[in-house]
Amino acid sequence: MSTLASTDATIADFAAAVGETEPVAVRGGGTRWRLGGALTGSARIVEAPKGIVDYQPAEMIVTVRAGTSTADLHRALAEHGQTCALPERGGTVGGAVVVGENRLDRMGRGSVRDAVLQVRYVSADGEVVTGGGPVVKNVTGFNIPKLMTGSLGTLGLLAEVVLRTNPAPPVQRWLRAESVDPRDLRDIVLRPGAVLWDGTSSWILVEGHAPDVDAEIERLAARADITTAAGPPELPPHRWRLSPSDASQADRVVEGEFVASIGVGTVWATTAQPVREPDPVAAQIADRMKHLFDPTGRLNPGRSTWT
Amino acid sequence: MSWFRRPSRPADPLLAELADALAPDRVRNDGAQRSLTSHDASVFDGGVSGPVCFPTTTEEVQAIMRIAERHGRAVVPRGAGTGLAGGAIPLGAPVVVCTGKMNNVIQIDLENRIAWVEPGVINLDLSKQLRPKGFHFAPDPSSQQVCTLGGNVANNSGGPHCLAYGVTDAHVLALEVVLPDGQVARLGGLEDEPDGLDLRGAFVGSEGTLGIATKIAVRLTPNPPAVRTMLLSFSSVRDAAQTVSDVIAAGVVPAALEVMDQRMVTAIEAYVGAGYPTDAAAVLLAEVEGLEAGVDIDVAHIERIGRANHATDVRLAGSDAERAALWKGRKTAFGAVAQIAPDYYLHDTVVPRAKLADVLEQVYEIVDRHDVLVLNVFHAGDGNLHPLLVFDAREEGTLERVHAAGAEILRASLEAGGVLSGEHGIGVEKQQYMEELFTAADLDHQNRLRQAFDPACRANPGKVLPMGHSCADIQALRAVPTGVWG
Repeated sequence: MSTLASTDATIADFAAAVGETEPVAVRGGGTRWRLGGALTGSARIVEAPKGIVDYQPAEMIVTVRAGTSTADLHRALAEHGQTCALPERGGTVGGAVVVGENRLDRMGRGSVRDAVLQVRYVSADGEVVTGGGPVVKNVTGFNIPKLMTGSLGTLGLLAEVVLRTNPAPPVQRWLRAESVDPRDLRDIVLRPGAVLWDGTSSWILVEGHAPDVDAEIERLAARADITTAAGPPELPPHRWRLSPSDASQADRVVEGEFVASIGVGTVWATTAQPVREPDPVAAQIADRMKHLFDPTGRLNPGRSTWT
Repeated sequence: MSWFRRPSRPADPLLAELADALAPDRVRNDGAQRSLTSHDASVFDGGVSGPVCFPTTTEEVQAIMRIAERHGRAVVPRGAGTGLAGGAIPLGAPVVVCTGKMNNVIQIDLENRIAWVEPGVINLDLSKQLRPKGFHFAPDPSSQQVCTLGGNVANNSGGPHCLAYGVTDAHVLALEVVLPDGQVARLGGLEDEPDGLDLRGAFVGSEGTLGIATKIAVRLTPNPPAVRTMLLSFSSVRDAAQTVSDVIAAGVVPAALEVMDQRMVTAIEAYVGAGYPTDAAAVLLAEVEGLEAGVDIDVAHIERIGRANHATDVRLAGSDAERAALWKGRKTAFGAVAQIAPDYYLHDTVVPRAKLADVLEQVYEIVDRHDVLVLNVFHAGDGNLHPLLVFDAREEGTLERVHAAGAEILRASLEAGGVLSGEHGIGVEKQQYMEELFTAADLDHQNRLRQAFDPACRANPGKVLPMGHSCADIQALRAVPTGVWG
């Protein structure tokens, strides 16, 4: 029997707490609690287990329970010069995975959905289910980890995940540039960690080996008026999901003040993005998925990934 | 004379409807065509193919799905047929949908750094179109000269350069797919975090069991300004494997880390003369890319780690020609084995990278015990092993020994904490091993994912999930409908 099928007492306790009947929801740090709509009815609130189960820096993977704070995870990774795609904005690992929002420096650290190698969750009927595997490359069976990432806990309640980690770049520098097309900044630098634009100023995160960073900055200086920045600008509260080309004309697309992630498409704005109509056939698949995974609708009742 | 050769409307109602929906010459039911589509590049026995369709549009794929549904037939998508796990083998005389004629690059969108392509576009052709524009498509499976992007999506294909860039899944943003009921769904999107469940992520790697992708938005990767290719030689496979583990552990992320053992190197040298040392027990082909200064730092780092692991020689390709020669050796590895024996069975498992050396030692021990010859060439950086068992199937009892050795290699990989497949998929090859990795509940949930797309189980039934966990009626797949002969 492989190690995947084994389950530990902590996860069994969590499964017992979730139970087999009655509405139930997991609360992590509550940083995105309203996302997907408010809980309806009288869902019992449970907490996911906490703790880093196994961290192998040499293997670049970490097994971590869903209730662990992202701060604790990042602290442990930083001790070995590593980081991961999960954002460092507070909250829990499980919350970050089921919300699926990427980091500001997503171009450098990768996306949450690409970082989740294995999930272990409690199903609507109270069973512990494992999907994926604890290795960096895997096409063994259907991709349950992708389905769980960004699912807002509507298909299963996450107990534990295996995440891919990344080496932290040796050098990172935030720079600010005025009156320059931010798309040019993105094109000058081979692999920027982030390029941000508020309609007037641009910020760019240059990272890598020190001499490469120096060379990139020199190339930037030849094309734009750049100054060192302490970090990224403050981000407005609402998240817009756009294509990169729409984000680079956020001044025409987005209402109010904004910071656009150039080359990525995410825009933070002072106003909320209007609700998008889902593709009707994809919505049918998603409805069937919900019904097959949670026939009685007991997991995070009222939440929907389409809003 | 072309009018004379034009096929007339067939009498069989299924064939007639398909011919009406497409064109008579794009629906084939002759023995030669059905024989071609009855198998893939694996060692597994072929199935029985029903009519073979060559659609050119999404609407035609929709029509095929609806006609097949009316006639109670399953549908099996097919790209170039290079799969190694039997994923494209038709079971129960399904309608086979060859995507090869849907081969247009629809749009190259440099602003969004994506390209919309049809599923029949060949992997390498896309990169050739993109290179002059400063980009390429990162996944580069060994079959990239012939394999299609639709097949890459179905198998979540990898390749040597996926170490740094990730496999196909990381490079597919959106899909237009035709579901088995004929409806068209748009999955994913050009946004970084599209709304809703990640159905795109569920579809990629589903081995044709969820529907047929008819348009694919792929991510374009910028060509790196600097590339360095190195060849490190070792007097033991363990030293090469340990070097790989140590490079990963040091936080270096090379573009590729490929190991070849002595028998493989010898075969390659006899075949193309790539300049590999045939006296080394193993060689490590390492490539780093990025900016000028950084790649030199990485090269020095890899060399130090290699020397610490007793590398007997460290060579840096001094020119593009030398680089190309080093890669030519690696890329022709599977052609090279044909000189050793007529048949081969290429395995594909993944183990934790720290266990590479141990599992390889077990692989050598297993094949010795079963009196089978093994060559090793693999994506070491991902922990992705590819033991290549070579044999002559005409020798009695050989195939049984090959399968017995293969089963033990799989189990050794699982015991090391690994998985069944890194890039070839499950197909019909590894279905029976799924229960050794997953519990009944795990497999039940995988089947639910599948049913959400294909409630009637009509897309490539009988694959991936083992009997008893799949919604497909396996018995029905073994039977052949009336009027169809093998």
